[in-house]
Amino acid sequence: MPMTEQATGAHHPQPRPRTGGSSTAPVEHVTGAQSLIRSLEEVGADTVFGIPGGAILPAYDPMMDSTRVRHVLVRHEQGAGHAATGYAQATGKVGVCMATSGPGATNLVTPIADANMDSVPLVAITGQVASAAIGTDAFQEADICGITMPITKHNFLVTDAKDIPRTIAEAFHIASTGRPGPVLVDIPKDILQARTTFSWPPAQDLPGYRPVTKPHAKQIREAAKLITQSRRPVLYVGGGVLKAGATAELKVLAELTGAPVTTTLMALGAFPDSHPLHVGMPGMHGSVTAVTALQKADLIVALGARFDDRVTGKLDSFAPYAKIVHADIDPAEIGKNRAADVPIVGDAREVLADLVQAVQAEHTDGHVGDYTAWWKDLNRWRETYPLGYDQPADGSLAPQHVIQRIGELAPEGTVFAAGVGQHQMWAAHFITYDKPATWLNSGGAGTMGYAVPAAMGAKAGQPDRTVWAIDGDGCFQMTNQELTTCALNNIPIKVAIINNGALGMVRQWQTLFYNQRYSNTVLHAGQEQAGAAGNGTRVPDFVKLAEAMGCVAMRCESPDELDAVIAKANAINDRPVVVDFIVHEDAQVWPMVAAGTSNDTVMAARGVRPDFGDSEDD
Amino acid sequence: MSKHTLSVLVENTPGILARIAALFSRRGFNIDSLAVGVTEHPDISRITIVVNVEELPLEQVTKQLNKLVNVLKIVELEPGAAIQRELVLVKVRADNETRSQIVEIVQLFRAKTVDVSPEAVTIEATGSSDKLEAMLRMLEPFGIKELVQSGTIAIGRGARSITDRSLRALDRSA
Repeated sequence: MPMTEQATGAHHPQPRPRTGGSSTAPVEHVTGAQSLIRSLEEVGADTVFGIPGGAILPAYDPMMDSTRVRHVLVRHEQGAGHAATGYAQATGKVGVCMATSGPGATNLVTPIADANMDSVPLVAITGQVASAAIGTDAFQEADICGITMPITKHNFLVTDAKDIPRTIAEAFHIASTGRPGPVLVDIPKDILQARTTFSWPPAQDLPGYRPVTKPHAKQIREAAKLITQSRRPVLYVGGGVLKAGATAELKVLAELTGAPVTTTLMALGAFPDSHPLHVGMPGMHGSVTAVTALQKADLIVALGARFDDRVTGKLDSFAPYAKIVHADIDPAEIGKNRAADVPIVGDAREVLADLVQAVQAEHTDGHVGDYTAWWKDLNRWRETYPLGYDQPADGSLAPQHVIQRIGELAPEGTVFAAGVGQHQMWAAHFITYDKPATWLNSGGAGTMGYAVPAAMGAKAGQPDRTVWAIDGDGCFQMTNQELTTCALNNIPIKVAIINNGALGMVRQWQTLFYNQRYSNTVLHAGQEQAGAAGNGTRVPDFVKLAEAMGCVAMRCESPDELDAVIAKANAINDRPVVVDFIVHEDAQVWPMVAAGTSNDTVMAARGVRPDFGDSEDD
Repeated sequence: MSKHTLSVLVENTPGILARIAALFSRRGFNIDSLAVGVTEHPDISRITIVVNVEELPLEQVTKQLNKLVNVLKIVELEPGAAIQRELVLVKVRADNETRSQIVEIVQLFRAKTVDVSPEAVTIEATGSSDKLEAMLRMLEPFGIKELVQSGTIAIGRGARSITDRSLRALDRSA
């Protein structure tokens, strides 16, 4: 339905001559809505994911005319939020999503919380009911600033149209600097409709926001000294290294020192998986070598990592022999979970660059770390306890095999986005990540349904790269509606549904800790089949579902056809592709440290407790 | 656990009190008392928070507060180096027999009688929380009809001002 009566004024604001003041920027006479779109243009937001609705409607009128901002009309606001985070992770730029007031805004809550946990730069713009109606329980009113207060880095309620450019500039600045994070800007409808002026750049006013990026020289020297003095050091690398674009510096430091590197789930790709110094991922489902390296280390150099409980296991028994150098841009992370012997506040890139120099200075003075004995242990663990899996005896597909082959057959530079659960861990284990920004997942929040919309966002931001979503059948049913968005907007992602017919990770815990009582984890079985996961009803039929949404869809059930199906999917680049991989239901994720237990109890496989001999001598 | 007094300088913007209160409850810290008011600079408010925590969580609470974009500065005021005051208004039951005893207690604590009626006396008192507690203990036997207390406010001793540098930061960006 045409809504010309809602038009918000001149579509092409003309710059007016300056009438005074010190600003050199031309002043444009515009509506609040035009000011918003002009601000988004100036701040460099080239892609916005969103859905219009009553309160945000004024903004969508000038959006239609903008040649610099592409709006992608999603099918659910949660999809818009995850798409914006996927876009941000793949491009390094700020992701932008837009929604209307009330339910539109509350549907953004999950992706905002997700971005907050994973420190993803995100700006969410929401419409709000008219200023006069705020607080009256008006139609589609929600206090989205109040709701998102604990899950945003900051949020704004705009109360005057003239503040729009400054607020947008500040929102992007806060989202992208320091420890990145989500910022929400809530704009009442009357503010969008008001007449105002626009000029760029606006003066920012953030006296309380001063992120520290430059590390203290004394702390850096102290850290370098510990690195060269230690006998069993580990570089524990977190997502902060990727956020800071510090992967080159990390490689230099690792090769200079010869210390082993472990990259967390959030940091896969920050250091090449295939590098001889890489010992794998730490944590609950980390490699035996990485988990044990941290447990036996005498020095942990944490870089942009936060000693998350999924990494440390039972905190008081984590890395009992290790001194801690903890470098992070967020001072509140240092000492939060584990006390730091050498705290360093700063940007990971500057920290690493300074550390390289300081270690070189130590080397010049003749202090070089000797890690020969350490590497003997590490290499023995690596050889004895590599990541692995068994092929199912019944000839069905092993999910790990599917994911491994997708990784091996993927074109150079492919971006992988995972959902949350077993398939996520297998994608972390069996795909080799050698470059930054090739692995997107929901680490901190563990948001099921992340993969499809995040892959969509990544592909929109990196149209020349192949983007594979590695999804589970549980996750896929939460957000697959965005495949329609992909099909209609020329965003040809590829989706691998690792279909084991169950909520696999929960099922694994039921197998291990709940006596194989599979309460509510079987997805595709009807009443009479409850209990049998794999050969369920095939409801829904993912092939038909995907085809209905405009995708090319395939099903793969046997190892013989695996490579051919993947090759076919890789060859289709004009439409989204969905492959339903029917995999064995009983495959499990190993190694594993059971929740709440010590990392000393890591199990290499079910019932297989690693034997570390007697390398521990102090 | 021990009591710590934090002076938090914040931008005088809507919602800042909610942000601070929410942060405390979300991270599981208990606020003993809280007092807010504008400073000599109309754009800056000062929040005095008394928290009952160990040393390590206190450091965490301070760091988390510092992350709030509208928070300009946080200073912990050590009891020895700061003046701390609370205000109480208390309505005590009084008749012709007890009134003079009550007034005597008021004088002993250098408090003030601010309202008198045939059945009650209303007393205004300022001081440290210890002093006010002691006074209230003395008044209790007469019958406390109504009691209202402010949060603690505090200021450091000596010539130095904690607002100086924050004010300059604000001026520069304005």
